[in-house]
Parts: sequence; C-alpha cells; structure tokens
Amino acid sequence: MSGGKMLRQFHFWVLAALATVLLSGCGSDYLVLNPKGPVAETQYNLIVISVILCAVIIVPVLAITAFIVYRYRDTPKNKAPYKPDWAHSTTLEVIWWGIPVIIIAILGYFTVRDTYVLKESPNQEVKPITIQVTALDWKWMFTYPEQNVATVNYLEIPAGVPVRFQVSAEAPMNSFWVPELGGQIYAMSGMATELYLQADEPGEFQGFSANFSGEGFAHMQFKVVAKPQNEFDQWVQQVKGTAPAMTKQDYEELKKPGLTENKMYSAFPEGLFEEIVQKYSHGHDMHHVMDPVAPAAQTGEKKEETSHETHQMSDMSNMPGMDHSGMKH
Amino acid sequence: MWENIKEFASTFFVTGDPLIYGADVSIALTMVAIVFVLTKYKKWGWLWREWLTTVDHKRIGIMYLIASLLMLFRGGVDALLMRVQLAFPNVEFLHSDHYNAIFTTHGTIMILFMAMPMMFGLFNMVVPLQLGARDVAYPFLNAVSFWLFMLGAMLFNLSFVIGGSPDAGWLSYPPLSQNDFSPGPGQNFWIWGIQISGIGSLATGINFIVTILKMRAPGMKLSNMPLFSWSVLSSSIMIIFAFPILTVTIALLFLDRFAGAHFFTMGGGGNPMMYLNLIWMWGHPEVYIVVVPAFGIFSEVVATFSKKTIFGYKSMVWALMSIAVASFFTWAHHFFTMGTSASVIIFFAISTMVIAIPTGVKIFNWLFTMFRGRISFKQPMLWTIAFIPCFVVGGATGVMLAVAPADYQYHNSYFLIAHFHQVLIGGVVFGYLAGIYYWWPKLFGFKLDEKLGRWGFWFWNIGFYVCFMPQYALGFMGMTRRYYTYGWDRGWADLNLISTVGAFLMGIGFIFQVWQIAYSIKHGERDTTGDPWNARTLEWSIPSPAPFYNFAVVPTVKGADDWWLTKQAKENGTYKEEPAHLEPIHMPKNSGIPFIMSLFFFLIGFGFTFHWVWMAVIGFIGVALCMWARSFQYDTDYYVPVEEVRSTEASLGRVY
Repeated sequence: MSGGKMLRQFHFWVLAALATVLLSGCGSDYLVLNPKGPVAETQYNLIVISVILCAVIIVPVLAITAFIVYRYRDTPKNKAPYKPDWAHSTTLEVIWWGIPVIIIAILGYFTVRDTYVLKESPNQEVKPITIQVTALDWKWMFTYPEQNVATVNYLEIPAGVPVRFQVSAEAPMNSFWVPELGGQIYAMSGMATELYLQADEPGEFQGFSANFSGEGFAHMQFKVVAKPQNEFDQWVQQVKGTAPAMTKQDYEELKKPGLTENKMYSAFPEGLFEEIVQKYSHGHDMHHVMDPVAPAAQTGEKKEETSHETHQMSDMSNMPGMDHSGMKH
Repeated sequence: MWENIKEFASTFFVTGDPLIYGADVSIALTMVAIVFVLTKYKKWGWLWREWLTTVDHKRIGIMYLIASLLMLFRGGVDALLMRVQLAFPNVEFLHSDHYNAIFTTHGTIMILFMAMPMMFGLFNMVVPLQLGARDVAYPFLNAVSFWLFMLGAMLFNLSFVIGGSPDAGWLSYPPLSQNDFSPGPGQNFWIWGIQISGIGSLATGINFIVTILKMRAPGMKLSNMPLFSWSVLSSSIMIIFAFPILTVTIALLFLDRFAGAHFFTMGGGGNPMMYLNLIWMWGHPEVYIVVVPAFGIFSEVVATFSKKTIFGYKSMVWALMSIAVASFFTWAHHFFTMGTSASVIIFFAISTMVIAIPTGVKIFNWLFTMFRGRISFKQPMLWTIAFIPCFVVGGATGVMLAVAPADYQYHNSYFLIAHFHQVLIGGVVFGYLAGIYYWWPKLFGFKLDEKLGRWGFWFWNIGFYVCFMPQYALGFMGMTRRYYTYGWDRGWADLNLISTVGAFLMGIGFIFQVWQIAYSIKHGERDTTGDPWNARTLEWSIPSPAPFYNFAVVPTVKGADDWWLTKQAKENGTYKEEPAHLEPIHMPKNSGIPFIMSLFFFLIGFGFTFHWVWMAVIGFIGVALCMWARSFQYDTDYYVPVEEVRSTEASLGRVY
C-alpha cells in the first residue's frame, strides 16, 4: 500500500467530514446553525469566522502533507532530492510560527469583541423581561418575577423582546441551553448567573439540560415558546386565571428528585428564587452573586436584598449541607 | 447469622444485572486459569523473582504496557456498551444508572488507567536506553510507582463487581459526587483508586526528571538529547506540578464524604466551583502530560523513517518546554459557561489559543523532516502519518472551542466529545501505538507482524472517522453528552447509528492488534542486529532484547543522533574503534517491598471505601512498616562481574 494512496484516503475522510458539517447548515435539525435570535446569530457568525480561519491553516497543511508523503516516498526510482542533513531554515521557522500568530490575533480580536457584546442585552431599545430559572432534580422551574407566574419544564417568552435569565439551582450543577436562541450558562447553587437571549420571531424551540446531574438528567428537557407580546400577555392572564398558585409546600414537593409533567402556577411565593440563591451563598455579598445594576433588581427586588443577611444566618441549620445523615459508619 | 451474611453479600456484591454476572464468571474463570497454569508449570517462584520483585525499568515498562492494554480493553468495552445504547432512539439496553456508571468508568479508565500507564510504560522502556543509562535514577521507587498504579487500578476496577461503580462523571463534580446525591461506595472507589495510583504517578515524574538531568551518558548535553527524552522531561515537569493538586483536591473531596467536611458541599459554606477550578488545574495539564510524549515519539519516528535529521530541533525543544509552562494557564476554558466576568473569560480564551501555536507548529517540523527525505511506510510511520491530518483537524476544533462566546454553543455537546476524542485518539493513542510498534523489537527481540498490523491500522483509522465525525454534527443538533437516551423527534438517529458502527470498526482494529501480538510472538520477524529500523539514537546500538544491564560499556556521546553518526563514520571509514574496556557493572537488587507496600495501600483504599476504619489502620501500619524496613535495608545493590557481562554479550553475538 503506497503512502500516496493512504493519504488520498485520509483526504477523502477529512473532506467528507467538513462537507457533513457545512452542508448541515441547511437542515433544520442543526439547531446551532439555524439561529433564531440575535445572540445565536452572533455566535453563529463567530463559528463561521473561526471555521474559515481554521480552514486557512488546515487546507494547505493537508495539501502539503499529501504532497510530501507522496513525493518523498522511499522507492528505488524516486528522483526527488534527498538531503539527509538539511535540518534548519530560519525563514521557514519564522513563517510557520508567524502565520498561526497572525491567525490567533485575528480570532482573538473577534473573541474579545463578542465576549463583551454577549454580556449586554442584545437589544438596547427594548426593555428586557426578567425570567428566573432554577435547575432542580430533574426539572426546570421558571419564575416570572414581573408577571408573578411560574412554570415547570415549559418556558414562554415574548418574541422580539430581550429576555434576561437569572439562573440558579437547588440541585447538582446543570446548564441551561436553548441552542436556537443562543449559548448556555451554568445553573449553580448559591449563585445566580445571567444570560440574555432573544427570539426574533414567534416559534417553538427546544431547551436542553447540558451538564450531567444524575439519573433523570436525559429527561430534563423543556419547550420554549415565543409569542408576540400581546399573545404572551394573554397567556399570562390565562395562567393567572386558570392555574393554581404555588405554595411553599408545592415547591418543597417539586424539588424532590424525580420527573414531572409540565406545570403552570398563577403565582409563587414572593422572593422564592432569591431565597434559593441565598440559601447556599453562605456569606458571600449578594452584590457578587446578583448583579445589582440589572434592571430587574431595581424594581421589585430591592427590598429583598437588604433583608437577606439576617435571614440567611437564621436559616443555617436547615441547609442540606449541614445534614450529616448521609454518612454511614 | 446466615441471614446477616446474606444481607451483607447482597449489598457488598453488585447484583441483578446479567452483564455483571457475566463479568463475575469471567473474572473467576480467569483467576482459576492463572492459578492453575502457574501451579502446573511451577511458575510461582519465577513470577515472584522475575516480575513481582523486579526493579528493572524494562520489565516494569512491559508490565505497564500489559496493564494498559488490559485497561484499553475494559475502557473500550465500556465505549461499545455506550454506543450500543445510543445506536437507536429509546433503546432499553442500559438503564440510566448503568449508563452513568459506564461513561464514568470509561473516562476515568481511559485517561488514568490506560493513557497514563501506556505512557509510563514507554518512559520506562525507552528513556534509560536512549540516555545511555543502566536504569532510572531510583529503581526501587520506580517499582513502588508501578505497584501503586497497579493496585489503584485494580481497586477502581473492583467497583464493577463489588459495591457498585462510581457514576458522577469521570471528574466527579460535586455536589453530585457528594453523599447527598451519590451515597454508597462507588464514589469512594473512584477517590481511592485515583489517589493511590496518583501517588505513583507523582513519584514517576520525579524519577524521570532526575534520570534525565543526572543519568545521561558522558558527552550527551541537554542540547543534543533525543527529542523523546525532551518530551518526557516536559511531561514529568508538568506531572510534579499538577499531580499534587489532584491529590489535595481528591483528599478534600474525601474529607467531605467521610468526615462531613464542607469544602465542596452545596450548603454549609462549601463551594463546588472551587472543586471545578482545582480539578481542572490538574486536568488541563494532564491532557498535555499525556500528549507531549506522543509528540516526542513522532519526532523519533519521523526522523528514522525519513532517514533524515529532525527539522528544527531547537524550535521543537522550545515548543515542548513552553507547552509545559503554558498548560497551567488555560484551565478555566473547561467552564467558560460559569458566568464569570468578561476579563476572566478573555484571559483564558486567549491563553488557550496561544498554547495552540507551539502545539501546532511542530506539525510543520515533522512535515519538513519528511521533506527531502526518504519515507518508508513501516507501521510506526503509518500511525505517525495518520496522526497528522487527524490532529490538525482536532486541534482546529480545539481553537474553535477556545473562542469563548462560540463555546457557549459547543460546551458539553457532542462537538466537544468529538474534539477531545480526536486529539486524544488521534494524538495520544496513535502516538503511543507508533511508539509501541517502534520500540517493540528493542524490548522483545522481534517485530510485530506487518500484515495484521495494517489490518488493525485501517480498521482503527476508518473506524475513528466514522465514529467521531458524525458527533461534531450531533453537537450542532443540540445533542448533549451523557444523555443515556433520546427520542426520534430530534433527528439524531442516523448519525448516532453511523457513530456506533465506527466504534465497532475500531473494536475490530483492536482485535487485529491482539491477534497480531499473539501471532508475532511465534512468527514475528526476529531482530538479530539490534537496529531493525536503521535508527538514530543510542537504544539501537545495543542488542535486542536489551540485556538487563543495558550497556556493557557506557557509550561516550559525540553529538545529536549519536548512533547515526557512528554508523555514518563506519560507512565512511572514518570510525576509530576504541578498545572496549569491560568493568564490573553496578546494579540494584530486586525487592519485594514495593509490591507488599502497595498491597497495604490497597487495604487503606478498600477500608476507607467501605468505611471499615480498622482495615485502613492495618493498611497504614503496614505501609509504615514497609518504609521502616526499607530504611534499614543496606544490602540493596551488587556488581555484575566482568566475566558474566562478557558471556552475556557473547550469547547475544557481541564480542568484547
């Protein structure tokens, strides 16, 4: 088997792989490559840029590899030059250290730019709606502090409006991911991470749990429905009119490990999310775990913030971490 | 009484799954077969004298190699079970808890109990020979390292049939790995298996740094040391800085689980994210620890099979050593999505892209070593050539992952899975296989069969692309890692089936390799020259298999690729034969203490796993006694008389 033949084989497979990925942009199953909002759009553009910049390296390298392996194969009739002691060339070394440096510099520029961009709301003209996300074993709870409704494993958002997600957990760490709208963010106990997403048009999207959290993890998916603002408002009214209110007791039931159906609640205990975050943040200043300048914090949550310190101290003994019953001797 | 025993047995042994019973039976049969063969052929003494107590680096290397191939089998079977479960939507082959245990053991075994020992095997088999040394700097410690690894690996594997496997992922993130969410001994097996073998890894790192710095043959400056030894130096430096972090991190996790501490618990002041930071401060250098020696192997193989000096030696050394430093500054790219500030994300994104530069430019050095050379496609070279396109693509997807804002879309998806399998299989596994094929004749005295090897090679390579290319696409479809099942609705079915087919092709490749080894033991081409590849470095100047003292006369090195220079000089007639003067050879004596001490370490681990403190105490006392005994052992070395050296060399066809 000659080296040339082998390399052509490799070439075929690598190109086939690239083709698979590039052609896949057409299929709607390729959620990441079909952005439905500005955040996913930014990330999609970045993916395209990085693929192109990588291709600038990959394609010539593969071509050079194929050429060299074929041309310098060890056969009796090979006329190609043979210089067994040729082992240094400053020019060549400068070229191949230099080109990657330039490519990394370009890619680095886009990375820095978009890292800052994605920290902000994607749409400065429209006031964002805040939704709080709590990862539980093994379901997602969404609370709407401005509308005072709550849902489980079902997320409804207004289209064309940026959504500011505050994400936490009262369970092992998870990750909140709606690929068509944008990248994921971790859901961690004791912290509230922040993620902006926006759906440009009404539609249905799939949400995933993206960080392994135990037995029911694979079933911890949720549906995201984006509707025009007025239909969204109608939905809120409908939930308020028809669904039961969530009590503290309901929440305690909900957080027990297990799977549940989708649920809706016309109300939820005030400050539930903040309490969940606070319960495990043990003495960290709340300004670190929840961004105080964010719009939602200026509205309904201000008075919550001040009462936390005292609340937290008295709550120490109830923390699951203080429970030593899990140990067996 | 009987009731008590029955109850104990039902929790102590894993029950209820046909797979487990099958494993029980096969383990029992294997044990019986081994005991039977050893007894029948009266080999117990041989086993003890020649292997269990050996301090010879070559034999330790061979034992590492055998252990790593067994672990490759175990980890590979885990992989195939996972691929069967995912071949179609809604398969009910494995339950969630089984699947979780299997991907946990797959990852842990492949990195810590397959890649690490295969790497240490190559260190041991090659480095002293390449440096012109008679053993490593600390032969006794070397045996301790091996037996700690071996007993740690056995402890970990025991969890499959006793107590239950860990199932919180290969890095056991808390709070999932804490008592609240993972009660039972599985997680303790994980902690102690890694802890015990980790001590051995750290000792190996120290051993090889000292060996490389102090044991080189006279005349071998660092600036003309073979590149594989350079890569081992780079890797060992990373080991001694990274492994203490692992040891401490896992010790803290153990304190959380055993003593109710709150380092990483959800409540009580614990901080699980601290664990993520610490484990990846070890974990990221770890992937470079395993891949850098592969770069060293490629450097040796490319030069030998292109019949040409390695291109840009200095820039290669520079790249290898800068990776050792830079690898400690990229850890947070494993969790860009933790919602930290933009400046932290940017630091780690840029540092990750920067480390790609020294990693990537070496490709050009290898290519230009082949350029104007004469390439022969022997097995080590095949794997090296296969590595180049595979690693280039895998490295490029790594750079894509480093683009932090885009990583929010790739993170924890099958895109990530495809990426790290491509660099770990395409880089590490291909590299180690190239190294094994290359140095096999030096260790065993015969080559591995070419024809069967090529079958294995093509099954591995085609299988690899069929298995992992679809996974990049699945990542874009939103498929998250560690899902044990999925529905028809997402369109993931076709690509998953293709991926499963690819995994089985790689499995067939492995079977060919096992067959190849078995076949070659009897029929492999014998190496009578000691230099079957027309190679360049010192290990090829001595007979194959190398005598136990390696070099009858310690060589004096005149430059890089010393053996090649000698051969050139002989060809040109400029070689001046210097009168060889044999002297008695100073060698270390075998010792049973490393093996016995590691057994006591095993007791510590097993005792803590089941909270049987009495057993752990016995283990601690035993370890202390072994150390005490060794401290007062003065008769640890001996001299091989000149006559014995002369007759050994004569039997290998070399006259002094």
